[in-house]
Amino acid sequence: MSTILKDPKNIEPGTGVLPDPEEVRKEMLARYPAKVARKRSKQITVNKIEEDGSVPEMGSNVRTVPGIITQRGCSYAGCKGVILGPTRDIVNITHGPIGCGFYSWLTRRNQTKPPSDDHENYMTYCFSTDMQDQDIVFGGEKKLKAAIQEAYDIFKPKAISIFSTCPVGLIGDDVHAVAREMKEKLGINIFGFSCEGYKGVSQSAGHHIANNGVFTHIVGKDDTIMDAEYKINLLGEYNIGGDGFEIDRILKDCGISVVSTFSGNSTYDQFANSHTADLNTVMCHRSINYVADMMEIKYGIPWIKINFIGAKSTAKSLRKIAAYFEEEKLIKQVDEVIEKEMKEVEKVRLDVRSRCEGKLAMLFVGGSRAHHYQELFKEIGMKTVSAGYEFAHRDDYEGRKVIPQIKIDADSRNIEELDIKPDKEKFTPRKTAEQITALEEKGYEFKDYKGMMPDMDEGTLVIDDISQYETELLLKIYKPDIYCAGIKEKYAVQKSGIPMKQLHSYDSGGPYAGFKGAINFYKEIDRMVNSRVWGYLEAPWQKNPELSAKYVWE
Amino acid sequence: MLLRHTTKEIIPRKALTINPAKTCQPIGAMYASLGINSCLPHSHGSQGCCAYHRSTLTRHYREPVMAATSSFTEGSSVFGGQANLIQAINTIFTTYDPDIIAVHTTCLSETIGDDVNQIAAKAVAEGKVPKGKHVIHASTPSYVGSHVTGFANMTKAMAMYFAKATGKHNGKFNIIPGFVEPSDMTEIRRVAVAMGIKPIIFPDTSGVLNGPQTGKYKMFPKGGVTAAELTSCADSIGTIALGPLASADAARALDAKWKVPCQVQDIPIGLAATDRFINALRIAAGVSVPDIITQERGQLLDIITDMHQYFYHKKVALAGDPDHLIPLVEFLVNIDMLPVHIVTGTPGKAFESRIRELTSHLPCTVNVKAAGDMFQLHQWIKNEPVDLLIANSYGKYMAKDDDIPYVRYGFPITDRVGHSYFPTTCYKGGMRLLEKILDVLLDRMDRDAPEEKFELVM
Ligand code: SF4
Ligand code: SF4
Repeated sequence: MSTILKDPKNIEPGTGVLPDPEEVRKEMLARYPAKVARKRSKQITVNKIEEDGSVPEMGSNVRTVPGIITQRGCSYAGCKGVILGPTRDIVNITHGPIGCGFYSWLTRRNQTKPPSDDHENYMTYCFSTDMQDQDIVFGGEKKLKAAIQEAYDIFKPKAISIFSTCPVGLIGDDVHAVAREMKEKLGINIFGFSCEGYKGVSQSAGHHIANNGVFTHIVGKDDTIMDAEYKINLLGEYNIGGDGFEIDRILKDCGISVVSTFSGNSTYDQFANSHTADLNTVMCHRSINYVADMMEIKYGIPWIKINFIGAKSTAKSLRKIAAYFEEEKLIKQVDEVIEKEMKEVEKVRLDVRSRCEGKLAMLFVGGSRAHHYQELFKEIGMKTVSAGYEFAHRDDYEGRKVIPQIKIDADSRNIEELDIKPDKEKFTPRKTAEQITALEEKGYEFKDYKGMMPDMDEGTLVIDDISQYETELLLKIYKPDIYCAGIKEKYAVQKSGIPMKQLHSYDSGGPYAGFKGAINFYKEIDRMVNSRVWGYLEAPWQKNPELSAKYVWE
Repeated sequence: MLLRHTTKEIIPRKALTINPAKTCQPIGAMYASLGINSCLPHSHGSQGCCAYHRSTLTRHYREPVMAATSSFTEGSSVFGGQANLIQAINTIFTTYDPDIIAVHTTCLSETIGDDVNQIAAKAVAEGKVPKGKHVIHASTPSYVGSHVTGFANMTKAMAMYFAKATGKHNGKFNIIPGFVEPSDMTEIRRVAVAMGIKPIIFPDTSGVLNGPQTGKYKMFPKGGVTAAELTSCADSIGTIALGPLASADAARALDAKWKVPCQVQDIPIGLAATDRFINALRIAAGVSVPDIITQERGQLLDIITDMHQYFYHKKVALAGDPDHLIPLVEFLVNIDMLPVHIVTGTPGKAFESRIRELTSHLPCTVNVKAAGDMFQLHQWIKNEPVDLLIANSYGKYMAKDDDIPYVRYGFPITDRVGHSYFPTTCYKGGMRLLEKILDVLLDRMDRDAPEEKFELVM
């Protein structure tokens, strides 16, 4: 495909000729008030890869400009919605007025599958204290306590958690004190999260608050050792559209057992037992890398970055897990599984590729998917011309090596960092320092993530926390064949005549992870970018408005 | 079982809401603002609320729902959101160029006590509001009322900001349609126009939230009530407010300030409520009812008489908003169905007494609750099963578990299409409602019929 870079105004969309990204960037900033343009300029970057592999600094995890129309949500959404939402057997009570709880009720597609009808599953329920004005004026702690008591009386759950919304922090309700008191009284585990929506600058803060809570209140409570040979945890996989089920299927075929997933299809007991795994594998780096770090320090479990989005990445990740355990039997088994699965994958991939090759994609979503999904597009010959995250940090763009250089600003400082030390009884290094070094010398990478930008072509446009205005400009200039983002962007994109794939919810589709997931995704993109429906945008009389003949009545 | 923990045994609750049958004020305000032409709704608070409201409206309408937010951080929560709102106003007008920004508050800015009027005035003084453009505002704390309250507050705010009498009648009639679908707003307009009335309808989301696919996206499409119309509504002959909760405040405020006589009617859902609406319109505007409307009434009645045997004494459970449930329950009662369990999350005792009145003659006990929730409704159903469930999309979990014929109605409907295109108001809408009800009742009979009783003609 030709990629001659040109002035944006002279580009004929659909010709495969791409505009000059610097020009696009300039035009993007031109419209904004000066102060806003200055701020946005740090978050809109033309990708460039230096000889040593480094990429330009990417402004990220900074405050959103008020009024700009952002994709971002709040810390409560990240905490209650994303991290704790997929755990089925905890009664999650939202402490606040009704809305926050209502909107996070069944709106993410994190699937769960209790083993039988007798097992607990509260995910279909929404629990809220529905604060009224008198609670705001006089404080809501009394109502919260009563709500916990009622939840206990009705459901007798093994755990209850409390999520604070914006007004709660403001009026000073101490949810942690309430949790402690009720825990004592009821004898079940009860804990609270101070995840008020104004904390931090995006959902990312909420992920951190949630994970700290899970780590503090649940992990390490059950020392039972699972009777299995290769035990791992899957971190940062939320089972959207059944992704986690597909990954579980593959791992099972390989003979690898998952102790706990954080947090797709998860249960309280799995979290409690997760410190007994021998390896942590991190899928979404953004939302959970610190848990992997904390588990390594406290329990001695090493972690690696893996990615099950894309058939090649899946194969690579499986091999990486097998290599960690250093056993021939496992390595062989994994190779066999990959070989078997790839047959069908390749058949579909080549067929779909013949129709998708050279088409353009854009991805603006989340904290890892905008990167991971580029793999799938690549596999069918599509080119990502622009991408960015909604709530990621610099390390997700530029790689973990920049972590020491990241400045901690006021908004990040508000998010608690736990001070973790090795557990006196439970710390057992899974590998000795020598074993780790030996593996590293063979090129094995522990706790490494190189970020999105080094994987993208030079001259692509990387945009953090993209605004609606920037989205519209990209669509106008590049006319991509597909645009990926979330529900709020969906219909404005489609009304522009461009198919739009949601990568938060998958538009009721999925799974897209693993081998079967890759096949699903290839087919889905084929359906979308090669559909006839986009050819009907104009009515016949709009295409040919002039009247060429008249009926003559004689 | 999806709702496996919902038991027959009812333990009374005072503090815990489970499976709400309402949501919060700002989403109603956002929806109302979208019914103003060239208006960008703005959520003054943290950005999460705005993201949630936009997502929920988008899932329901499958249309672009644009809105901006003040993106409060911890700092703004301590020091107030003035700087954020002024910056937002500047960014919005510069970048998106709407004619109007409609600001609503959230729990956070309300708890802080931000004075939005004063901030908007400051923005004007600082030249952040271009000439001829407007910033309007409604206070929408979610710890009071529900999404319906927020809709009412914004509807009142738009009227009161713009309305200005010239002293000369404009020959028009104001209709405030209430928290209904864009399709209903179109239908109410069609009926009024057919009666020879020139309506000013506000808010009006038709053409905004059920727009056509053209391949050309416009952030501010043609639909929505215009600023000029809102200004002129002070000169109208009168106002009919549909739905006491959603529309009465605006109508009464116009009456008090600009002496536009108003009356409050139920939303015209079903036969009797539509009869009252048409009759009130006829008398207030001094017009006669054209044959086409009378004919539509007759057609609705025809379906009722034709299919009465299938409605008769079927038990119904309903969850929704008071303004919808009151005429809907009346309609069900009129066709001899038995609405036995009725719940709304929106608080207000008037709802319970209206429902009691409407159902007092029924040969069964009727459970009704305002400020209730769907968990309670489900428990009632477990104790006294029903033949039909009418609720928003959250109802599907109860319907599947207890195998109940189910009609989606209300907000939000996130798993089916149609509501934004086909009305359920006025006589035509009544026909559609009956069609939907019959479809699920008869499908159920077909499904359950043993082969010898499976019928071609029903
Ligand atoms: S904080 Fe208030 S306004 Fe925001 S979503 Fe929650 S209930 Fe609604
Ligand atoms: S009130 Fe706060 S916690 Fe609730 S949705 Fe809004 S930003 Fe999030």
